[in-house]
Amino acid sequence: MAENKKHSEHSHKSHEDHLRETHLMLDPMPRGKMNEMVMESMHTTSWKFWAVFALLSVIVAWGLFYSWGRLILEGVGIAGVNRPSYWGIFLVNTVFWIGISHAGTFISAILRVFKAEFRRPFTRAAELMTTFGLVQAGFSIFMHMGRVWLSYWLFPIPNQRQLWPNFHSPLSWDLLAITTYLLSSTMYLFLPLIPDLAMARDRSTGWRKTFYKILALGFRGTEGEWTHLRNALNIFAFAIIPVMFSVHTIVSWDFAMATRPGWSSTIFGPYFVIGALHSGMGAVVMVLAVVRGTMKNMNYFIRPEHFEAIGKLMLIISMGWAYFFFNDYIVQWYGGDKWTKTLLHWHEAGPMGWMWFAMLIFNVAIPWAILWNKKWRSTPWLIFIVGLLINVGMWFERYIIVPISLSINRMPFTWRLYEPGIEIPLGIGTLAFFVLLYMAASKLIPLVPVWEVQEGHMDHSLKKFGRETVVTVSDLE
Amino acid sequence: MTVDLNKLHAVGAIAEEAEGKWGMVIDQDLCTGCQACVAACAMENNIAFVGEEDAGYGRSMHWIRTERFWEGEYPEVRMTDYQPMLCQQCGKAPCEPVCPAFATVHSQAEKINLQVYNRCVGTRYCANNCPYQVRSFNWRDYQDSRIRPEITILANQFNPDVTVRRRGVMEKCTFCIQRIHKAQDKAKSEGREVEDGEFTTACAQACPASAITFGRIDHPESLVSQLARMPHTQHHLEELGTLPSVTYLKGA
Repeated sequence: MAENKKHSEHSHKSHEDHLRETHLMLDPMPRGKMNEMVMESMHTTSWKFWAVFALLSVIVAWGLFYSWGRLILEGVGIAGVNRPSYWGIFLVNTVFWIGISHAGTFISAILRVFKAEFRRPFTRAAELMTTFGLVQAGFSIFMHMGRVWLSYWLFPIPNQRQLWPNFHSPLSWDLLAITTYLLSSTMYLFLPLIPDLAMARDRSTGWRKTFYKILALGFRGTEGEWTHLRNALNIFAFAIIPVMFSVHTIVSWDFAMATRPGWSSTIFGPYFVIGALHSGMGAVVMVLAVVRGTMKNMNYFIRPEHFEAIGKLMLIISMGWAYFFFNDYIVQWYGGDKWTKTLLHWHEAGPMGWMWFAMLIFNVAIPWAILWNKKWRSTPWLIFIVGLLINVGMWFERYIIVPISLSINRMPFTWRLYEPGIEIPLGIGTLAFFVLLYMAASKLIPLVPVWEVQEGHMDHSLKKFGRETVVTVSDLE
Repeated sequence: MTVDLNKLHAVGAIAEEAEGKWGMVIDQDLCTGCQACVAACAMENNIAFVGEEDAGYGRSMHWIRTERFWEGEYPEVRMTDYQPMLCQQCGKAPCEPVCPAFATVHSQAEKINLQVYNRCVGTRYCANNCPYQVRSFNWRDYQDSRIRPEITILANQFNPDVTVRRRGVMEKCTFCIQRIHKAQDKAKSEGREVEDGEFTTACAQACPASAITFGRIDHPESLVSQLARMPHTQHHLEELGTLPSVTYLKGA
């Protein structure tokens, strides 16, 4: 009897330990210690970091700036675009990077609105992706233009001749939507950053102190400041969600509003939004896995439970993507238009058919096969691979929509395949620049929103009811 | 029931549908596929020669091209009629609304679709959205003899009435608008209207088989209107509602 009791006590205790071990919210640390851990992760840089940083800088200098200079000076001819594929990888990359940028808002705003507690440690990591992804999307869209030095004509700038942009054009809507999204997501990134910047200001010296002092806007943590910050965050979290949905819908209209077979599909709006979330969530787990694996103290903040939670979302989004893909396909096929049918056949059985099948395997088959299992989706390296494959698959999807669909049109005389040229170094350049910006940011701003994690720690507690230990969550807000 | 579109304040795009001004008829039964129109058009409009490599990659710049098609399976292969394809000067052109910079516009005087070269920023949306694929993009500085010494001699025969386009600009058939304006100016100075057949486009002028006829489509007695009323006419991709101004005659 006594032995039995002892055993049950032991298992009871281990259950509690297990809860603490697996859930960040139940594993509090002293505030000062946590602040120090985040500061330490920012200050610690190994030689490996600088080696990668230097390599990426070289790639950016060659891939982005040198190649872009050549593109501007020599003309779009050094890219692979031709007739009929007037749009190529630049537009693929634009859509891809805007897609990546969607996960930041999705994780940060939607999960904040729904009070999903697991979001707390990685909202900022995701928001940074939004801002930096949009920078790459902007680069890609300007690379695409034939005369980029006149790109300011696309903005409604008052001028003597009263020449305005054409607001009938989906590209004009696109530019306004992306600009709105970039500005609002940057503000949304900055607002929850203020308390952490103030924390960093109080714990730094030298140029860092000046840097944080300017950015923290004199935040001292008074009751009024916190109230204002909470109100602003509430407004932004709700307001940015429709902006996020509208951005990718408008991006899809660049295609859906055109007369091309395969493009003028009314389902493109939600299909693009779910595709953006699909690639974005894949990118978030990749970033989190790398951050956890390479930065100091991050395995305390980012735990398998977070990969598990995002993995569930990824599985749902993958199912949603499959539904919209099938919907788009079946409606176009059933429409029976001769050119659309030719195009659909070209997608699967044309010379680039392997890409179509790879897209379905990477976007649907592999996520479904792996993410259903709790243990597998909690494994960082495994979910990293799934995220990587989803991103490759989603890039393929955009490649199929843009240059492959363009190579078939209503004038069979002009049919021709597209072969990328300088798009490849430029695409690698934007990718390297994204990682470079991210690496720089990880050393300049606290990558974990410490105050939000601390708030979560205060909300959560383990309570004992008789023999049971249960998690209670009280909302302080 | 007929509705006066002007009463509905629907002037502009909708009212314009009905009133094309200049039109063209191409008789495919007469076309021999000699490509004289292609050469004449390039001479008249300072169209760039892109060179072998780019032409092979689908970047040749022609405002008019002669398409060939084959019918049937080998060995029972038969060539169909030659099909000269140029800008159809749509009454409701898909290329126009998509340009973010208003570089692709419908001229109110001539009622044709024009490209404003110095306003073009090169998004190439218009070319994507053109169902006839008849827009040409300047992929490089093809006309700059400092970059391409081999075109120095060609540069000596530029038509002074037409601009030379630089890299990153879209261009397209203008129905030889410089000739339209020249004829209109001459007629105006002589105090009369432009007569039918007084001038024609470069492609029509060069056609040895007289397969191309150009003129006022809104004058019922002009030759082009009479030809456009023939029973065996057809318009390309009419189902898209683009209202092309170019009529094809086939199978008389």
